[in-house]
Amino acid sequence: MNSVRSLVKFVGRLEGFPIAMVLLGLYIALIIAAPAVFTHPLIYISFLETVPPTLIAALGLTLVITAGEIDLSFPAVVSLSGFALSWGWKTFDPAFGAWIGIGLALAAGALVGYINGVMVARIGVPSIMATLAANFFWYGISILLAGGLQVTLKGSQDNFVHQLLVGRLFGAVPVQAFWALALAALLWFILNRHKFGEGIMFIGDNANVARVMGVNVEATRVRLFALQGMIAAFAGIIVTLDIGVFYPDQGNFLLPAMASVFIGGTSIAGGAGSVFGTVFGAYVIGSLAAGVVATTISGYWVQVVEGVVMAAVIVLNAATGKGNMAALSSRFRHWRAPVASNPRQELLQKDDTAPS
Amino acid sequence: MVNIEKYFGLVRALTNINLEVGRNEIVGLIGDNGAGKSTMVKILTGVFPPTSGELYVAGRKVDFRRYNVQSAHAHGIETVYQDKSLGEKQVLWRNFFIGREIVNRFGFIDVKKEKAIANEIMVNTIGFRSKGITVDSNVSQLSGGERQGIAIGRAMYFEADLIILDEPTVALSLKEVAKVINFVHKIKEGGKASIYISHSIPDVYEVSDRFIVLDRGEIGASIPKKDISLKDLDGFLLDFAHGLKDKEYS
Repeated sequence: MNSVRSLVKFVGRLEGFPIAMVLLGLYIALIIAAPAVFTHPLIYISFLETVPPTLIAALGLTLVITAGEIDLSFPAVVSLSGFALSWGWKTFDPAFGAWIGIGLALAAGALVGYINGVMVARIGVPSIMATLAANFFWYGISILLAGGLQVTLKGSQDNFVHQLLVGRLFGAVPVQAFWALALAALLWFILNRHKFGEGIMFIGDNANVARVMGVNVEATRVRLFALQGMIAAFAGIIVTLDIGVFYPDQGNFLLPAMASVFIGGTSIAGGAGSVFGTVFGAYVIGSLAAGVVATTISGYWVQVVEGVVMAAVIVLNAATGKGNMAALSSRFRHWRAPVASNPRQELLQKDDTAPS
Repeated sequence: MVNIEKYFGLVRALTNINLEVGRNEIVGLIGDNGAGKSTMVKILTGVFPPTSGELYVAGRKVDFRRYNVQSAHAHGIETVYQDKSLGEKQVLWRNFFIGREIVNRFGFIDVKKEKAIANEIMVNTIGFRSKGITVDSNVSQLSGGERQGIAIGRAMYFEADLIILDEPTVALSLKEVAKVINFVHKIKEGGKASIYISHSIPDVYEVSDRFIVLDRGEIGASIPKKDISLKDLDGFLLDFAHGLKDKEYS
């Protein structure tokens, strides 16, 4: 019995577990409601292609929100970086022009993020305003540079960079899903195991504490926004390469990305972030529209269902407190009263083993 | 501290501050709200520099352009703040090492080592016996006294020569105040120095060797403990608050 309970506790502590269960539940419901579509692997493969750009942007946003800030400017960065990539592509020979484009795109993202960071950390503009203004400005710059037009990446399918970033593994699985997952793993380690990430959590928790304990609050914020800019640029690169066309509006997923972060269990209050919660959150958000349509309910219901699911998940997160199932199971302890041991006894057992 | 002055814009927060703390001396710093106690502490601990003046640590002059919280730590000056020493939503082991993590070449944290040391501090230095509280507990699960215990234990672990306690007993129950007082005695026994800031005159009287009264940004008086009784000190401060002492000192 004990081992079962400790297993439940362990699983419950895994990051993003509740939202992973929501995703699983969603797919089970859709398999029942729309078996023709959701028993076929094709729909899942299509999610692995469509979700990563939103997910990548949401991953960066997770860190920003953990620091108690917000970034509304990433759609403009997705657009601007896509333009930079397409410019490098058509200006130089695509074989190495693609690399130049990627370099330019990442540099542009870092620059926009750095400026955001300076505005927020050094000048003291609240991030919601600074990045809102930045979104308008850089989106405008992107339209200006592109002359409002699309740019097609000629011969993109045969390019090595295309194969590397958005190709198909075994001829089926979109590679960008793995890049997004790798980025999630990297950011998890940065947030939870690196002193930069620890600084982010303490700043989001209480910037004054962080400051008096020797965290360089301003520099950390600037670096964080620069990092977020580069991550958004990476999302832009993936979108542009995947479609093979740059178009100025391609970063139009601000709200889905924010929703992914929040239903993933990251608190708007800052101080704690759930990177893998965001991963599952992005797939929940990204699967809903197609899922609702596949059930043959009228397409007009899509947003209603999305709203209901988001609200339900956020209520679940609030009820579990820390966003993990262990807290929920202790909250509903009485549900399993017949098998549960005396909580006091549990505490005593813990004490016996603790000091050794 | 020699001739320290601090202006915030046109507001003069501190002026003509001259203060020396002996190697194993507990100095009680007393003053009304807005007297400049916190400003003084923040200059001392490198949170911000003074407008003018000099600071000497162990006889060596401090360059304020390069003085910050980290270098204050390096000089052996640690601070326990009333309410902003710990990150509320963070686990205890992170709170012990925030700002000076044990990291590898790439800046990644050695979690195992940090947890082991944090546990060592909690069990041996602070003597934590509280049920169910481990290095993985969140700060929000701790009582006020336990939080101060963590902060003081952290300062002692990092071998501070001068531990500044900024209102460590505010909002604590009597029993927990007694614990904190006990920690201050340990600082004295350990041969370290401390500046103890509090509104509670009996607490200050019990732990301090000398009292500094700060009044509207200036040092109003410096009285060794042996020269004054608790009752006299209380009366003296009351007079000060009523402005009666102004005439004598001006």
